[in-house]
Formats: sequence, C-alpha cells, structure tokens
Amino acid sequence: MSAETWQITWFTLGVATLSTLAILPLGVALAWLLARRNWRGKSVVETLVALPLVIPPVATGLILLKLLGRRGLVGGWLERTFGWEIVFTWRGVVVATAVMSFPLLVRTARVAFEGVNPRLEQVARTLGAGPWRVFVTITLPLAARGLVAGAMLAFARALGEFGATIMVAGYIPGQTATLSLSIYHLVQLGHDSEALGLLAISVTLAFGAVWLSEFFLRRRAA
Amino acid sequence: MSVELSGLRLPLAHFTLEVDATLAGRVTAIFGASGAGKTTLLEIIAGLRAPAAGRVTVGGVPLTDVAARTFVPAERRAVGYVPQEGALFPHLSVRRNLLYGCPAQADAPAGLNLAHVTEVLEIARLEDRVIGTLSGGEKQRVALGRALLASPRLLLLDEPLAGLDAPLRERLLPYLARVRDEFAIPMLYVTHSPDEVMALCDDVLVLDQGRVVRRGPPTALFAATGGPRYELRG
Repeated sequence: MSAETWQITWFTLGVATLSTLAILPLGVALAWLLARRNWRGKSVVETLVALPLVIPPVATGLILLKLLGRRGLVGGWLERTFGWEIVFTWRGVVVATAVMSFPLLVRTARVAFEGVNPRLEQVARTLGAGPWRVFVTITLPLAARGLVAGAMLAFARALGEFGATIMVAGYIPGQTATLSLSIYHLVQLGHDSEALGLLAISVTLAFGAVWLSEFFLRRRAA
Repeated sequence: MSVELSGLRLPLAHFTLEVDATLAGRVTAIFGASGAGKTTLLEIIAGLRAPAAGRVTVGGVPLTDVAARTFVPAERRAVGYVPQEGALFPHLSVRRNLLYGCPAQADAPAGLNLAHVTEVLEIARLEDRVIGTLSGGEKQRVALGRALLASPRLLLLDEPLAGLDAPLRERLLPYLARVRDEFAIPMLYVTHSPDEVMALCDDVLVLDQGRVVRRGPPTALFAATGGPRYELRG
C-alpha cells in the first residue's frame, strides 16, 4: 500500500474512532432516558434523533454547513470562543460522521437498556443503592454488550459516511479525505484501479466492525 | 414494630387500591387471588411506587405521606423486598449478590452478618457459584439472604415460593420459619397459599379488588369459612 493509502486509511479510522467516542456519553445517556423515563417532548426528541437515518445525508450535511460555517449560529460561536474552525477541516469530518452515526448508537443502546429487567434495578434500590450506584453496578453491566454493539455499529457507519461529510468538509487531500471521499474522487478522475484498492480496504473494515457488532448482540441474546 | 397504612389509595387498571390498616404481627400475610393488588401494595410500602393519597409509616417513621409531600426514596427506607422471581443479579456471584446491600461486613449488626445468615439459610457452600447454576430453591434462599444482610427494619416477601413445585415449597417453608424466629424482623408475606399462611403467619389481611375484605389470625379466619377449608371468597 502507498503512503497516501495508509494515510487515508488511518485518517478514516481515527475520525471514526473520535466521532464514536464523542457521541458515546450523550448517546448512552439519551438512550437510557428514552428507555427508562417518561418526559415531556420525548417523542419529539425520538423523531429528531432518527432524522439523520431517513433524510438524505447531503441534506443533513447542508444543515450542518449552515450551522457550523463561520457565519453559522454554532460555527461563529465556536470560532469566537475557542478559535475552532469546523467547516472544511478534519473537525468537520468528525462532526458529520458523529451526527450521521448518532441514531444507530442511540437506537441500539436503547434496546439494550430496555432489555434489562427493571425489577433488578428496583431490588438494588431496596438494598440501599442510590440511582447512580444502580446504574453503574446493575444497569450498565447488564446492558454492556448491547452498548458495545451500538458503538461498533456507529463506528461502522462513521467509516463509510459520505454525503454529509462532502458537504461539511469537502475533499481536501491529506486534510479531510476519508476512504469514501477518496473513492469518489478517484472514480471521478477515472483512476478505477486505485479506487478499487480503497474499496477493498473500506469493505474489509466495515465487515469487521459490523461483524463485531453482531457478535456482541448475539452474545447478549444468548 | 408496626406498619401503619392510612388512607392509601391508588387507582389501577381495573379497580382502585384502597387500604387502611395497622399491621403489628411478626409475619402478616397479605392473602388474595392474583391481581388483587398485593404486589402493588408491597411496592408502595417499599417506595417503588407512589400512591395517589395516604400515608405509610413503619415503626413510627413516616416513609410516604402524600398530604405532607413526604416520600423517602426506596434506597433510604431500609425496607427489604424479595420479589417472586428472586431477582438475583445475574452478572454477580452469589457472594457479591449477598453483600450488595452490605458491602462493609465490619459494620453489619450482630446476627445479621454473612456467616450467620448463610448458615441459617444453608447457602454458605454456594457463595462462589454463578447465579445461572443455582436451582430455584437455592435462588430464593440467596434472595432472602441478600435482603436480610441489608439489615432491613421490615421485610416484604412477594410470593417467594409461588414459582416452585410443591415438594420444593415444603422444603423451603422451614427456612422461612427459621428466618422469622432467628432474626426478629417483621415481615409482610404476600401469598395465595393457605398452607404458607398457616405455617408462617400470625395475622392475615385478605385483599380482594384492592380492598381489605377480611382481617384476623389465620386459624380463626380459615376455620370460619364453611365448605372447602381454604375458600375465602364471599
């Protein structure tokens, strides 16, 4: 493999890892709230979370572009406060993949939490455990396999993200070029054989991530 | 120690639970058919559910008082609860299940330490086992031990023998009697088995459609009905 191919592969893996880690705390917390609590506006939040699954990825990308651009509501604030530029940088790739994979994490994690028998949590409370101890010692370990499966699925989604990423980060070699963006670019240039090489890497990585996700889900069901 | 339930009210799907009673027995049976509201009543006392109205006082301490907006959370009530299925934590060993409510054994009150409780319930040899390898009777004894080791001031047992076959129930009844005699923790015992009531309880509250329809010592109550000895309806 060429140095450039290595760079693209490592960049893609790094971005997918970062975006998965970034959405994990909020995704797990939200999944727990959806599984275990009834609150006002729950159905609206549920729908909002599912939206990136069904609206075209480029449309999600456009929304993010408008929000995160220098003149955007969030982007302007981030640049003024932290000096962070999001659009057309690696950060933009992370944000786009994070938003696109968030629904998969939340949905899988929610099912994992719903699979924990609430009676166990109730009994733990009668044994003197406060809500946080119940969550850490009972709910989390019993839902762990499902949570890992959800994280792997989100990681797999992040590996292959294209539509939102191209809108937010564009194709900049060495800076925002992921596997999927590079495949598209190479095909556009007519370099099909190089594109096929990246395709093989992409399929292998995605296969590994989805297989691991299924592995954890199967073990949970067993 | 007495348990006072005054003006308790909670609308359920098919009826409204309405209970007014003071329970002072060593073991009080809450007796009734399935769906009479027995488990809901225990959940209210344990602090797992809030009633729409009323008050729950255990040993003079108000735990729930809707009018006064008092609701002591379940974890601070010291009210033990053993559900029908035992609800052991499947990812923890028997020992870690037993010690869940009392991790620091040095602080355990005399008599309610791990060694004594496991001896009374004959579960000491199970301590290193995984929950999935226990039999039904072993699971129930571990669940009982776990609740006892948290040093509750009141123990709620929700049909602890209901899921077991008749010979196993026979074998487990003496353990429950030993717990009653050894630890002197007042118990509310939900059941629909008259045999269990006769063997363990000194007071019976008969619940039907959410209301207390009869009350008294088991002998008087069961003997008073003509026809089939244990038929309490009507």
